[in-house]
Amino acid sequence: MDVRNKLEILADAAKYDASCASSGSKQARAGSLLGSTEGMGICHSYTPDGRCVSLLKILLTNYCIYDCKYCINRVSSDVPRARFTVDEVVRLTIEFYRRNYIEGLFLSSGIIQNPDYTMEQLIAVARTLREVHRFGGYIHLKTIPKAAERLTIEAGRWADRISINIELPTAADLVELAPEKRREDVDEAMGDIREEIDQRRDDRKAGLKPPTFAPAGQSTQMIVGATDSPDAAILGTATDLYQRHRLRRVYYSAFSPIPFADDRLPPASPPLVREHRLYQADWLLRFYGFKLDEIVTPAAPNLALDVDPKLAWALAHRDQFPMDVNRAPRELLLRIPGIGVRSVNRIVDSRRHRAIRLADLRKLRLPWRRVQHFVAAIDHLPRAKDLESEWLRARLGGNATGLRQLDLFEAARSAHSGEV
Amino acid sequence: MSSVRVIEVEHFEAWRAAARELLREGVAAGDVDFFSPSVQKSLFGGEDGDGGESDGGGGGDALQQRSVKGQGAVAQRRDTPTVPPNFIKYARRVACHRDEQRWNLLYRLLWRLTTAEPNLLHVAFDDDVRRFDLMAKSVGRDAHKAQAFVRFRRIETEDGEQFVAWHRPDHRILRLVGPFFSRRFKSMRWTILTPDESASWDGAALTYGPGAPASAAPAVDDLDEMWRSYYRSIFNPARIKLAMMRREMPVRYWAALPETQIIPEILAEAPARVAAMLKYGAAGTRAVSAAEFLPEARDLDSLARAAAGCRGCELCERATQTVFGRGPSAARLVLVGEQPGDQEDQQGEPFVGSAGEVLNHALAAAGLARDEVYLTNAVKHFHWEPRGKQRLHKKPPSRAISACRSWLEAEMAAVAPRVLVCLGVTAAQAVLGRDTRALKTRGVPFASEWCERTIITWHPAASLRARIDGERERIARELAEHLQVAAQA
Ligand code: SF4
Repeated sequence: MDVRNKLEILADAAKYDASCASSGSKQARAGSLLGSTEGMGICHSYTPDGRCVSLLKILLTNYCIYDCKYCINRVSSDVPRARFTVDEVVRLTIEFYRRNYIEGLFLSSGIIQNPDYTMEQLIAVARTLREVHRFGGYIHLKTIPKAAERLTIEAGRWADRISINIELPTAADLVELAPEKRREDVDEAMGDIREEIDQRRDDRKAGLKPPTFAPAGQSTQMIVGATDSPDAAILGTATDLYQRHRLRRVYYSAFSPIPFADDRLPPASPPLVREHRLYQADWLLRFYGFKLDEIVTPAAPNLALDVDPKLAWALAHRDQFPMDVNRAPRELLLRIPGIGVRSVNRIVDSRRHRAIRLADLRKLRLPWRRVQHFVAAIDHLPRAKDLESEWLRARLGGNATGLRQLDLFEAARSAHSGEV
Repeated sequence: MSSVRVIEVEHFEAWRAAARELLREGVAAGDVDFFSPSVQKSLFGGEDGDGGESDGGGGGDALQQRSVKGQGAVAQRRDTPTVPPNFIKYARRVACHRDEQRWNLLYRLLWRLTTAEPNLLHVAFDDDVRRFDLMAKSVGRDAHKAQAFVRFRRIETEDGEQFVAWHRPDHRILRLVGPFFSRRFKSMRWTILTPDESASWDGAALTYGPGAPASAAPAVDDLDEMWRSYYRSIFNPARIKLAMMRREMPVRYWAALPETQIIPEILAEAPARVAAMLKYGAAGTRAVSAAEFLPEARDLDSLARAAAGCRGCELCERATQTVFGRGPSAARLVLVGEQPGDQEDQQGEPFVGSAGEVLNHALAAAGLARDEVYLTNAVKHFHWEPRGKQRLHKKPPSRAISACRSWLEAEMAAVAPRVLVCLGVTAAQAVLGRDTRALKTRGVPFASEWCERTIITWHPAASLRARIDGERERIARELAEHLQVAAQA
């Protein structure tokens, strides 16, 4: 099989992974001759499905000895198989990079022989790129749970970002659908990575110059909708991971039925809008000062689909509105539906110098239809009747068709921008 | 009017030097008019009096105010005025904008910042600031697009390999992005051509030269094909969002992007790929199922007739016919195997081959008549692979098993047997699912989701396959014994 055939199979097999960002690595790698990472990742192309192409995202191989039910590459699946050699991946990465097609490499793999062996192969690719080719571009390695700690640590030495997929929201979900994977193993590996990252940070603080270790941090991916775990479980796990292991990102990937599926799996994808709502909630938790129990509760463990979680909160706390943009503190401005972090910063910055009027807010290009009911400015006060009315939710929420049109792309977009 | 100074500048640094001088002299924003060399300005001919302030009444107002109460500020100004670092950073971008008024806007802002309004940049709603922000943003975006869409093509020259790209930016951003490319492609020798100017890196120094047409760059690269293969493989044909793609990757850049050539092609083949995905139940589609082929009437005859036309999964394509269950609806026992074999497939009846014979014997030994039990399979079509001229039995994929489940459910509902007998462990797995603990014990009745009394026994074919002496007989004997247990359960 020639390299092009392999590329077709192994790129196709990798497209189910949602974590494709190439951002977050600023420091230049000493001594590199080709490639740089400068904070924001660049989308070098877009496919007709509206998705960004930023990295060469491939599997080293899609052979796998595991049998995770939700995975197209599981041992019991009938897909065509292929395996790259280390050199083939290295060459593709370098040659694509030199033409400015990509920001770098996202390399993952099915598990062959055993976790350690697989991990060694992934590391060999990254090490060759860095040491032989002096490659300074972005590398994201997906690490294998249960691989030896020294291997995880070596991976971090060469990669900008490393990630381990948590796969499913709860340990019980894993037991059911991914019998060979255990939450404890994933947890342990994430803990190892975090310790290593902390160590480097402390060293730097102490004035030392420690060798690089995963400067873009670690991330993970969770499949949504393969089991019936509610959003509360999903967001609870995410919050826990952010806090305990200080993950940079948790990616939510709507389960999509795969060829030759196991009958324990649901026959259809969850609505894409659910994935979108999870990303929105995730941003609220990380950047808007929301607490988990303000977003989901035991009584209502799932996010509303018709309105975004911020609007849902506002509708449930109407007595707190309208919020005066000239007076309300920053953390309360962040609670206004339709005003994102950036606009809040601008408001706070500007109002020190000049009182804000309706015309000013309009210049911020806010979704006024929504915002108008929740803000007060010098010459604007929403009608109390509207704010209290029953139909406000129906009027501001998406209708059924609108929701259906929401697509993976929007989800991906909210994953990046986080404007809620 | 006549005191308006007209100054020609081309690049940011030239403007910066001129502006510094003007500030030192205390020249107000309204009294100077900048222009770029390529732009023919009517004002220059002096035919129009109010030139420099034609844009933005808001800016004019602010200046008026300043000139009334700002005199003192002018007097106090130090020789080198300080401005917020952000101003320089974004002014550098605005300077690349094609808008003719950019230099005047920059000077007006500079003037306001250094006289009466040091905090001006914080007032996001001011018209000058807003325009400045928008222009900086659009140049920033254009520079970002250049970083994204420049495509190098490799050529061999007398002194080694070289990489050449042609790109058409909206603004004159080449000097803004040149340093980025030299950092990123340090070890390569490269040239980026744009209609306005070009940039080259020889491994040590960055130089700028004249512009060039697209034809000056190589048209192809030997890696184009590989890149296109990658692009094709990561595209999901089930979701087409062309507007989104065009917004992020505007068509005006396409000519220089190798992958865009195959867009029409992959769009044309998308429906076929989606159909194939649908058939195999892939991404974003419902799982296959026989459910939609079930008839309204649920008696065994209607079911058998409808099943003959089932296309609930892909097995029907290579099998001869549907092999539905056989037997009376009043049967007390339902016997279910895994799937029909070669003989069954040809004759359209379950258990008619050599395994059927073994079963017949066992039934007789257990005191049962074949026509008083209901015989069927978990999957109703023969799944096989060619081995020479033979069609070799292949384990049905779990997808087919779950697709076909609807038929078995309907049969069980129609017959409502007292006992369900699974013939063989694979049949039991297909019927009961993989995790059944009871799979280990043959011949012991237990309650399953299908039937209060469920028994797992041998598949009659197991006796045929046995190689060890006595095994054959033992299996046949146990099969008969278990059937007897079932008959009495
Ligand atoms: S195997 Fe079952 S589901 Fe598949 S086509 Fe045949 S009868 Fe239908």
